[in-house]
Amino acid sequence: MSKKKMKTMAFEEPLIELRKKISELKEYTKTADVDLSSEISSLEQRFAKLEEEIYENMKPWDRVQVARHPERPTTLDYLPLIFRDFIELHGDRVYGDDEAIIGGIGSFEGQPVTIIGHQRGKDTKENVRRNFGMPHPEGYRKALRLMKQAEKFGRPVICLIDTKGAYPGKAAEERGQSEAIARNLVEMAGLEVPVLSIVIGEGGSGGALALGVGNQILMLENSTFSVISPEGAASILWKDAALAKTAAEAMKITAPDLLEMGIIEHMIPEVRGGAHHDTARQAQLISGAIRYSLKELEGMSTEQLISQRYEKFRAIGVFSE
Amino acid sequence: MAMIRDIFKRKRDEKEATIPSKAAKDVPEGLMTKCPNCKHITLTKELENLGKVCPKCDHHFKMTARERIVHLMDDSSFESVDDHLKSENPLNFPGYSEKVQADSEKTGLNEAVLTGTGSIKGQQVVVAVMDSHFRMGSMGSVVGEKITRAVELATKLKVPFLIFTASGGARMQEGVLSLMQMAKTSVALKRHSNEGLLFVSILTHPTTGGVSASFASVGDINLAEPKALIGFAGRRVIEQTVREKLPEDFQTAEFLLAHGQLDAVVHRSKMRETLSTIVQLHVKGAGSDV
Ligand SMILES: [Zn+2]
Repeated sequence: MSKKKMKTMAFEEPLIELRKKISELKEYTKTADVDLSSEISSLEQRFAKLEEEIYENMKPWDRVQVARHPERPTTLDYLPLIFRDFIELHGDRVYGDDEAIIGGIGSFEGQPVTIIGHQRGKDTKENVRRNFGMPHPEGYRKALRLMKQAEKFGRPVICLIDTKGAYPGKAAEERGQSEAIARNLVEMAGLEVPVLSIVIGEGGSGGALALGVGNQILMLENSTFSVISPEGAASILWKDAALAKTAAEAMKITAPDLLEMGIIEHMIPEVRGGAHHDTARQAQLISGAIRYSLKELEGMSTEQLISQRYEKFRAIGVFSE
Repeated sequence: MAMIRDIFKRKRDEKEATIPSKAAKDVPEGLMTKCPNCKHITLTKELENLGKVCPKCDHHFKMTARERIVHLMDDSSFESVDDHLKSENPLNFPGYSEKVQADSEKTGLNEAVLTGTGSIKGQQVVVAVMDSHFRMGSMGSVVGEKITRAVELATKLKVPFLIFTASGGARMQEGVLSLMQMAKTSVALKRHSNEGLLFVSILTHPTTGGVSASFASVGDINLAEPKALIGFAGRRVIEQTVREKLPEDFQTAEFLLAHGQLDAVVHRSKMRETLSTIVQLHVKGAGSDV
């Protein structure tokens, strides 16, 4: 468990209560002349059991809370821990540089790669700069530029997905938000290099999918990928945003759900309680997953990579005939 | 005949477009249609002959997929495909299957898009026409599958692919499966494009959300009908986000044209001619004589 004070989530409250009780008892024994060590140790056992119960049985809404945790590691947190020699490359060469998406080149275990990821802030100032991780068209166009660059130099593309969605703003519409997203979908389909898309937080709708047409999609255990936020779904389907918790379950948006539906290839385990408890350890787990996935794609020709991607997305859909 | 029947059916949806019987005592209900824009009343049959465009104000009425086919394609050249695909209820949403069933009966379609082969002035194409009368044209698994198969058919036949879009976006009740249809249709379009084949997207009212942010926006040529609402995010969402009043023409076809997002806005009466010319100009080694 982390030492610094961290925002706790509703489903963790029983744990917090119990931990408080244990430390109170410990405090008490310091001053009073009684031996409570067996009581304390029994409570600590209960704590361990409860912790396991809670974290091993997280409900979809719990995972949504973890995915949105303000301390959850972002693309920039993982970058130096997973890649070396990262050099950020800016701009779409048409309009501007959208800091809600960052991209650049670096190396993964000795292999040159292109890295592209949504970037949100952790405080107000950073969130203003990063537009809460909600890109404008120029962000997607920068991403596409860097993907094409990767293709030219034959290096894999690794996308980290972490956005509530593409920005719903006036300027975004004027500059072609729809076209920017749509263009990425089509062009990613044809990339001649391996593409990995890893959802590290929230995967919100088309704005997430615009970095998501990979040979493989990976998701962190407590990340989500959805067509609409649980709140949005609840207000549209039941006219009541308060039913978000129900919607989170009904909409099947968590990593285990998507794995079961066959939409993603792998789920990356998280450190107990969520990635924010140990970013360095989480980065190792992500590195391991990238290594494994790149190995799976190794040796595929450009044609094979493109047709594998084709077959992957071609197969998604539930209907009868 | 079928068309007349469609119109009688449709009046249930477009109440504002059909004058109530008491306002036109001497004509049976449905024989006259009132323009929702200028209130002008036209004989429904005449409106049909005008391609459902108001003779007074040029308002383009919504078309059903079948009306669009009749209006666009050479007589009896159209053959539909994949009418047998049926939507499931993958997330077990209460009432979803019933809603799909009801819309299917109402429209005579198996889903919110009609696909098939046919010809325009003798030139063979594969065409997909979305129908907003079916679950607001939203895209679920079957819509994605039908469009993907249509694109694959066009690739196989080495012919142009045309799509008329009309959609509120993703089909919420199919969750992330509906989102993934954006990617599915895109991989198929890439393969079609790689063969050097033509894709024309014609955006009609309304084309928003996930459909706008996928195939609708990536035609080799993107056309739209006048005044069509086209956009990624909904107007209300944007207004809440940016807290400013949006211009009157925001997200109209004309607005998109002015912002460089469309190749042209084409009046419905010119659509068949325009598409025929575009297709003709993409026949290898051919152009118009003289
Ligand atoms: Zn009118």
